[in-house]
Amino acid sequence: MNLDFSPEDQSFRDEIRTWMLTNVPPPRGPSLGIPTDQDTQFAWERKLGQKGWLAYQWPAEHGGPGWTATQRYIFDTERALAGAPASSPFGLMMLGPVLMAYGTPKQQGRYLPKIAAGEEFWCQGYSEPGSGSDLASLKTQALRDGEHYVVNGQKIWTTQAHWADFMFCLVRTNPEVPKQQGISFLLIDMKSPGIEVRPITTIDGHHHLNEVFLTNVRVPTENLVGDEGQGWTIAKYLLSHERTGLAGVADSHREIQLLQSAVDSEAALAGNALVRRRIAELRVDLVALEYTNLRTLDRAARGQQPGAESSGLKIKGTELQQAISEAQMEFGGLAALPWLAPLDDCHPTFQGATQRYNFLRASTIYGGSNEIQKNVLAKMIGLG
Amino acid sequence: MDFSLSSEQQQLKDSTDKFAIRGYGFSRHQTTLSRPGHLDPSIWAQMADFGWLALPLPEAAGGLGGSGVDFSLVAESLGAGMVLEPFIAGLLLPGKLIAFAGSDVQQQATLPSLAQGDLHLAVAWAEHNTVQDPSHCETVAERNIDGWLLKGRKLCVLNAPNAQQLLVSARTSGETQEEHGISLFMVSTKAHGISLQSYPVMGGGVGANVVLDHVQLPTDALLGRVDEGFSALDAALDYATAAACAQALGAMGQLLDRTVNYLRVRKQFGVAIGSFQALQHRAAEMFIEVEQSRSMVLMAAVRVDSPDTRVRRSSVSAAKAYLCKSAKFVAQQAVQLHGGIGVTEELDVGHYFRQLTAFGTLYGDRGWHLDRYALLSEVD
Repeated sequence: MNLDFSPEDQSFRDEIRTWMLTNVPPPRGPSLGIPTDQDTQFAWERKLGQKGWLAYQWPAEHGGPGWTATQRYIFDTERALAGAPASSPFGLMMLGPVLMAYGTPKQQGRYLPKIAAGEEFWCQGYSEPGSGSDLASLKTQALRDGEHYVVNGQKIWTTQAHWADFMFCLVRTNPEVPKQQGISFLLIDMKSPGIEVRPITTIDGHHHLNEVFLTNVRVPTENLVGDEGQGWTIAKYLLSHERTGLAGVADSHREIQLLQSAVDSEAALAGNALVRRRIAELRVDLVALEYTNLRTLDRAARGQQPGAESSGLKIKGTELQQAISEAQMEFGGLAALPWLAPLDDCHPTFQGATQRYNFLRASTIYGGSNEIQKNVLAKMIGLG
Repeated sequence: MDFSLSSEQQQLKDSTDKFAIRGYGFSRHQTTLSRPGHLDPSIWAQMADFGWLALPLPEAAGGLGGSGVDFSLVAESLGAGMVLEPFIAGLLLPGKLIAFAGSDVQQQATLPSLAQGDLHLAVAWAEHNTVQDPSHCETVAERNIDGWLLKGRKLCVLNAPNAQQLLVSARTSGETQEEHGISLFMVSTKAHGISLQSYPVMGGGVGANVVLDHVQLPTDALLGRVDEGFSALDAALDYATAAACAQALGAMGQLLDRTVNYLRVRKQFGVAIGSFQALQHRAAEMFIEVEQSRSMVLMAAVRVDSPDTRVRRSSVSAAKAYLCKSAKFVAQQAVQLHGGIGVTEELDVGHYFRQLTAFGTLYGDRGWHLDRYALLSEVD
């Protein structure tokens, strides 16, 4: 057992740190849950793409840098500590691994390079108004018509659909079989006729989410990933990747640093024993999460796919994100109350705290609610 | 980075699991509870024969020079098997303390017989009027013509009733809470002026409150150098704390297994109660806490050997602070999910519960370790 970085890993870290220092765009403010505007996000992702680091988790054969698990971990930590936004996960963390595992060479060649370059942006068409936690009950219908599927239905909670070029989408191709078996995985061009995107404003006051209406949208059959009816298997594969990413260790590390610096800027808070102890509690929880995440990465490096244990990471990671934002907001007191109104005389961490606190209520709901994750875990340990 | 065990470590774990979980277990635990000192000499001798008592001690003094990971594996098995013999309080803590503080002569005089299971020791450091802070030392040692005169009292000295000698922290200079000015002394439990009020400790093992009423010690009773005992005591306590966390993890893992099994076999309303979601979610939360705790135990087991004192201290305190909370959670859920049988003396669950409840207090509680961690982590 050895938990130290090798000299090679240390010089790798120095290289990343130096690059981030000169390339992360200002302001290097609070990152977690704060929506960056589309131009900033795209410019940052393309910059990483040009460097070859956007798809940093991908193997070299698919256009990634081919880093080890430790290097990927170092990269993400340095990215967050430098105050850079996390890249949008839909193409990179979700569709990418799916295409590598289930896509045809033609699909891989068409989509993966554009994702890795930050040139095409994706969204995820999963939830529907009547299908949230019971995702497999989804009703959006795709009927075969020659060389096309004709898609009709509605998706909801679609993050960044208003930015996206494409949507990967779960659709029902066979209503006659048990619900999990009739689902297929389709890639849909958001410019297709018949797609309408309507905004949903969330309780942080911002627009991240959308409803997506699909009316007689014609999708070429070559956009089917895997076999017809294999969509649920693919969806589960994707979700286990998504949940590992949702632990958010690096960004929580950054947020605790910001909390500490905000507290240090206020004498009354800095000297308060209860404030100090509460930050220590958050830090200790982060250490436990970090080492659990590292153990998962270590197993992944030995060729074991992430399984149900990623549900535990999702639960603890999102609970911690919420707890940090709660502390930021409560320690900020009145300084956290001005709503969407930047002020000069308050610490920026306290100012953004209410938005983060509000935004992050969604974290224990999305990606499979934390209650659904507990169902998954219970099944894994032999219950239910 | 590599979390895997070496093949030697895997072998060690297999043999300690076999000894503790399959060989010892609840029935042996109960038999040993009826023995004086909660200690079976034949078991202690067996542990010495296996080399487990020599494991944490330095090679130069008859030990095996094992790592933090090595003895954490042993401690985890002992916790899982409810082994009462005092691996931490009677071996690891005093052994490390002598190894860190003692002269070569003092090490040679004690550690080989400690490793062989012949010598029984205990460390008297905790006191009244404090939250288990080893730098808080009101017991004093005054130099006189014959050596040292020891005055004070110590609280809850684990394994003291079994010990031939106590290792006592005492102030030789400085103020009550200063780290500098603490010295360590070897004191016979038969010395004139020493009295032990002995008792069983909740969760197993024995302890004593010790009064040191003008105990006259010879000059060579001083362990190591005068005024400079704190760093050795602090380090030895970190080792004991890391091992206590591993021991607690062993108990937590057993409680999780027992609880899941019970949920699968216990029937109410005509079905296994494990089919109810309210109970499934509690069990899932127990699983998560055991996994998070395992991460902390591994981290502390590796980092406790760090030559960087700050790394050692903050890692151990992070682990203890975390496990104080998670061990309590797992223990409470296990009792709740077992229902009535969970609160009886008859079932092992309640005994694990008591072991983990005591763990929350021993070697510094959550509040003390959080504050220690805060001081060490604010600059990063």
